[in-house]
Amino acid sequence: MNRIDTLFAHLKSEGRKALMPFVTAGDPDLATTAALIPELVHRGASLIEVGIPYSDPIADGPVIAASYARALRKGIKLSQIFAMLKTLRAEASGAVALTPLVTMVSYSIVHRHGVERYLVDAAEAGVDGLIVPDLPVEEAAGLVKLATVANLKLIQLVTPTTPPERALQIARTTTGFLYYVSVAGITGERKAFPPELAANVAWLRERTELPICIGFGVSTPEHVKLLSPVADGLIVGSAIVRRLESSDTKSRSELVNEIGTFVEELAGGLNQRS
Amino acid sequence: MSASSTLSGRSASLPEAASVSVPDALGRFGPFGGRFVPETLMDALHQMTMAYQEAKADPEFQATLNAYLKDYVGRPSPLFLAKRLTELAGGAAIYLKREDLNHTGAHKINNALGQVMLATRMKKTRIIAETGAGQHGVATATACALFGLECTVYMGEEDIRRQKLNVFNMRTMGANVVSVTAGSRTLRDATNEAMRDWMGSSVQTHYTIGSVVGPHPFPMIVRDFQSVIGRETKAQCLAQLNRLPDAVVACVGGGSNAAGMFYPFVADAEVEMIGAEAGGRSPLSGEHASSLTQGRPGVLHGSFSYVLQDEDGQTNDVHSISAGLDYPGVGPEHSYWKDTGRVRYESVTDAQALEAYNTLARREGILPALESSHAVAQAMIEAARLGNGKVVVICLSGRGDKDAYEIARLRGEPMG
Repeated sequence: MNRIDTLFAHLKSEGRKALMPFVTAGDPDLATTAALIPELVHRGASLIEVGIPYSDPIADGPVIAASYARALRKGIKLSQIFAMLKTLRAEASGAVALTPLVTMVSYSIVHRHGVERYLVDAAEAGVDGLIVPDLPVEEAAGLVKLATVANLKLIQLVTPTTPPERALQIARTTTGFLYYVSVAGITGERKAFPPELAANVAWLRERTELPICIGFGVSTPEHVKLLSPVADGLIVGSAIVRRLESSDTKSRSELVNEIGTFVEELAGGLNQRS
Repeated sequence: MSASSTLSGRSASLPEAASVSVPDALGRFGPFGGRFVPETLMDALHQMTMAYQEAKADPEFQATLNAYLKDYVGRPSPLFLAKRLTELAGGAAIYLKREDLNHTGAHKINNALGQVMLATRMKKTRIIAETGAGQHGVATATACALFGLECTVYMGEEDIRRQKLNVFNMRTMGANVVSVTAGSRTLRDATNEAMRDWMGSSVQTHYTIGSVVGPHPFPMIVRDFQSVIGRETKAQCLAQLNRLPDAVVACVGGGSNAAGMFYPFVADAEVEMIGAEAGGRSPLSGEHASSLTQGRPGVLHGSFSYVLQDEDGQTNDVHSISAGLDYPGVGPEHSYWKDTGRVRYESVTDAQALEAYNTLARREGILPALESSHAVAQAMIEAARLGNGKVVVICLSGRGDKDAYEIARLRGEPMG
């Protein structure tokens, strides 16, 4: 069984919600990423989204785009990222071994690497799913089939601009969980969410068995508290990645600890069973 | 090689000969094109496709566009026999399709007007655009001033430096020019920023993309609006020479002037077509922008096409003396024409382009844009090869005023 399915089955049985922090692989270096992943698990993360740096990420706001640029300037390669994850999985035990890893990766990279080879390499590295933010459902048919064969989940996105019929079409070919984008726009911290967000997620929930997780803009423990009753999980990206910007003035352990503390605060906002 | 085998999903195969009935409903030119964009943009692209189909079939829309092209742009642009250039090249007669004489000084206005009119029809109140050399930015700012729409143009910091005159003119016409400081600070980064803006603004904003690149329906729409170039050229050749040309030559960055020139000739097998890409300083990675002659099929800016990227799928830095060709990708229909063999693509260096710029200035009294200078350089080679009695048409896509400062700087005699 895929770790993502196990996670949501487990959370559902306990009436709990998932917290999914996003970290850029290789910012400021892979050793930090390798230290962050277990730290975030110990601090309450249920699943880790690993961002594969890309040179032209049009769905990303300035914080994640700059983080990708920093990692790429240091010459990060996909093979190094997979090697780091593979080592991490080989050495992990307990909660870290059970926590799903999902790569957020541009189709440019998947295509260049070769779709089948990407899936095989990701699975061998202990990855459980992938999000390809620039691959809409029309172009995803082949990847859906191949990912299933590789026992990887293909998590697809539904946005506020997605018409209802299309949202259902996306849900039908999505596995693992459905990624609901809170606002029409790029990734980045936001103060408020559209008033119709809860109703839109509720509409989908009545029509799909998939867990629904909300991302884009979720950046504080208050947001997590506000949105956790609505969703099965919450994805936090830019608010975490922004904390990597100060990497040159802090030691690795300080940085990892600081981000760990922030994730613990976020986890405190989850709507846990009383 | 067949690019289709490397794509997941549908296996679109390449036909024996290039068809004019492209793209298909999914925006595919053979295996190329498509829509590789975030879900957030899909509905806007769908709505634009519908609106364009209606506009295309609406005689009133077409009549209004044609009236603006005639009375505002100054079309048809002349087809001019360049006698002294022909003499120098020593072979086929060289004709210039004078897109440089259009209002705003380049072919870009053909597309900008069409798209801004389409945006008005879609009740959009704001226009965004990316620009490299600034010609598309100026054309878009012009069309927005004409139709009273708010306009924001994204432009790389490096291009703002290289193209001060166009920046000044855009701002004079009321456009908000945003300096893009990410990455290589050129056209590719400006395109990223425009797409990011559109991710959050598509309900009220139309993205007037400037070339035959990006997700479907942009490559089709831009090609169609630019095809006036090739249609006029064809009619002018028949009227003036009583025959079609033997060859047509155009420069290719994203490839809009070339697509507009080539598309109406695709079915005319006797007409040879040659695209001139930016060969830059050298064939080394990072020193040129020759996506078709040196790149591989891949995904960039929402479309599957030839692209300059590394083995990890990261976009390469590129270079061209001309800001308008300084782009690591190319329109998907050019990839289709390349792989079907309908168009031949050649790489022209910075030095060749500069020489052609000077040659056309001295022998014809015409200052070509540095982009168009690449086509001039290649056309002289083709004319010599074809020989006497043959006819070569160059798409002289823009005028060179904008490049005067940069050329003076390169000559070591900077102005002002």
